[in-house]
Amino acid sequence: MEEPVGPGSRWGPFERRAQISATPMYGRRGLGGLAGSATLRRAGRWLLLAVVAFPVVWVLFIASGTSFGPAVSDPKDFLITLLNGLTAAALYFVVASGFTLVFGLMRVVNMAHGAFFLLGGYIALRIQRNMVGLGSDVGLSSAQVSLSQWIVPTLVAIAIIAASGLLMQQLLLRWNQGQDLRQALITIAVSIILADQMLAHFGGVPKDISWPATFDKFVDLQVADIQYTLTRLIILGIGLAVGLGLWYWLKRTRTGMVIRAGVDDRDMVSATGINIQLTFAIAFAVGSGLAGLGGAIGGSFASLAPGVDANWLLNSLLVVIIGGMGSLGGAAIGALLLGLTTNFAAAYLPSDYTFYSIIFTFILLAIVLAVRPLGLFGRPA
Amino acid sequence: MRAGGAIASRRRPALSADRAAGAVILVVAVLAPLIFSDYWISALLTQTLFLGIVAASLIFLSAYGGMVSLGQTAVYGIAGFALGNLTTNGNTKGMNLGWAEVPGIAVAIVVALAAAFIFGALASRSYGIYFLMITLVFAVIANLVFGQVTSISGFGGISGIPIPDFLSRTQHPERLYLVTLAVALLVYAALRYVVRTPFGLTLQGIRDDPIRMRSLGFRVAWHRTLAFAFAGIVAAIGGILFVWWNAQIAPSTIGLSATIDLLVIAVIGGLYRLEGAWLGALVFVVINNYAPDIGFISDRFHTLIGVVFLVIVLLSPRGLMGLWERVTAGRGGGAMTGDITQERGSGEPTPVG
Repeated sequence: MEEPVGPGSRWGPFERRAQISATPMYGRRGLGGLAGSATLRRAGRWLLLAVVAFPVVWVLFIASGTSFGPAVSDPKDFLITLLNGLTAAALYFVVASGFTLVFGLMRVVNMAHGAFFLLGGYIALRIQRNMVGLGSDVGLSSAQVSLSQWIVPTLVAIAIIAASGLLMQQLLLRWNQGQDLRQALITIAVSIILADQMLAHFGGVPKDISWPATFDKFVDLQVADIQYTLTRLIILGIGLAVGLGLWYWLKRTRTGMVIRAGVDDRDMVSATGINIQLTFAIAFAVGSGLAGLGGAIGGSFASLAPGVDANWLLNSLLVVIIGGMGSLGGAAIGALLLGLTTNFAAAYLPSDYTFYSIIFTFILLAIVLAVRPLGLFGRPA
Repeated sequence: MRAGGAIASRRRPALSADRAAGAVILVVAVLAPLIFSDYWISALLTQTLFLGIVAASLIFLSAYGGMVSLGQTAVYGIAGFALGNLTTNGNTKGMNLGWAEVPGIAVAIVVALAAAFIFGALASRSYGIYFLMITLVFAVIANLVFGQVTSISGFGGISGIPIPDFLSRTQHPERLYLVTLAVALLVYAALRYVVRTPFGLTLQGIRDDPIRMRSLGFRVAWHRTLAFAFAGIVAAIGGILFVWWNAQIAPSTIGLSATIDLLVIAVIGGLYRLEGAWLGALVFVVINNYAPDIGFISDRFHTLIGVVFLVIVLLSPRGLMGLWERVTAGRGGGAMTGDITQERGSGEPTPVG
């Protein structure tokens, strides 16, 4: 007999598979579909309800062994955790919206998104230190940094990362359009090279961008005596602004309309005489620029070091897998769920178990994938 | 390197060239302790073999199941960490359960299998690039879990994991090498066997047309889950061998860069043929070991690996095995030009058994 194994797994069939990925047949079934029995499916639904309901009950009423206590008796810490979750979500959204924009239009999974984030952060850092001019090796305190010395580095970082993304798309990705696995591999190669070069140029020691003095203070929220850091509220504001800006751009402008049409049917848009390549280029630049913006904010909020790129690639992937690839609303919901889950898990686990909080990220992902394999707002390609 | 010599010297029909090259490689591999220095045996070739086993689990999934999984390092690490937790005894991080070697290995593989089953079940209804992303997330989360949960490892990892005395890498590098070689051959034979069983044929049917397979009555998601779990066993075996070789395991062993390294190995070798796993591993290990000695590269060998990876993805997406096939198929003239258009259109139909 002929050997039954042919060289089947080429690039071609892979793409075909990506397209059928989401027929309702696969998309609408819970894990019960995997188990194949109605009883199991019903049991699964109850289990799911319990898994979702228990954390809410725990946080509101029980929370034993945590440093805070339940939300009903300690609303202040509950509100602070909630705000922390929302502000983290805002940053997740800024970064992941760029990722999902590129994917939605071009079906390109930009695995270099995390590397772009880190590079954007490093660029902003270097420019800020040069602007302040106290020697580039010394960490700065916010008192030394004026508002423009934060905004200008951020804008330059956005511009450079947008240009880098555009360069990568034009040089490496454009002529491989439609081969999504191959494009993902190309961006992985770019991320390896970028990560290693960043290690060479910026070293392995964590560094951070300094907030300007204008931002670095506490504000009184007038609720439950909460003094909250202004910087986190600024991040929340930037996240909302980015969300509204993208929404306006996509829904109300001509370019946005072309992008939305391109998401639905690329070939048809192209056939109507619209220069779809120009649209692709714009979308890729904007998507990468958002990674650069995220890097500048993330570098101010936390720090920049090797490995941060991996974490932000993970965050972006999680947000879009949970929310649904290519959907802006999905990215917002995914970012919210991820931000709230990580912050509440870290705050409301019993003190001895705080380091298990990462597992809750996995549980969140598992629940969403079990119910909706395409993510909450995902739809067939 | 071993296969490289064969590529240059042979031009015959693919099947016999494959067999001849395979025979030469097998002989060289078995006699390697007599041919190569101890350093090559213990540092390079043993590593090549177990990395090849893990890469083979990835290639099995991609070539026969159409699933390019980045979750293999997670499974590999879970097996290694489980073994570390079970068999260490009181003087390192982790649970230090102090078990004997054999039950430790058995339970470690079962734990890894269970994890692979869960991963597979969650990802089984996603295809193509979605599958790749979801499994990548599994890998990064596994890395973070071991990095953060100090009761099972913590950032520094588990060290001083006991190894059977007769396999000690420092005293008997050739024994560990030969055991790893035997395991690699068994894994290769097992994978070759499985793809010819009804299970393997169904898997290939699902790879080619999941909708048709479903309408024929196959449980597609369940089948893909089982395939993922099976590949998980292979990756877990690689993890056990890694721990024997390294005597320690840390979260960085299964970090994002390790995950990508494994993908690099599989892509360099060729994502569609099992043999490519070991070929890619050999190239990767040699670059990894010798590139730092080259003056202008020194610490930047990851850049070199990135560039090699990029060139292969751009010019010869079927990897070195693809090049080898083109050379042995007598189309040697076009082998190095890397005409991309040929890559996509030249798909001969998959024979159905």
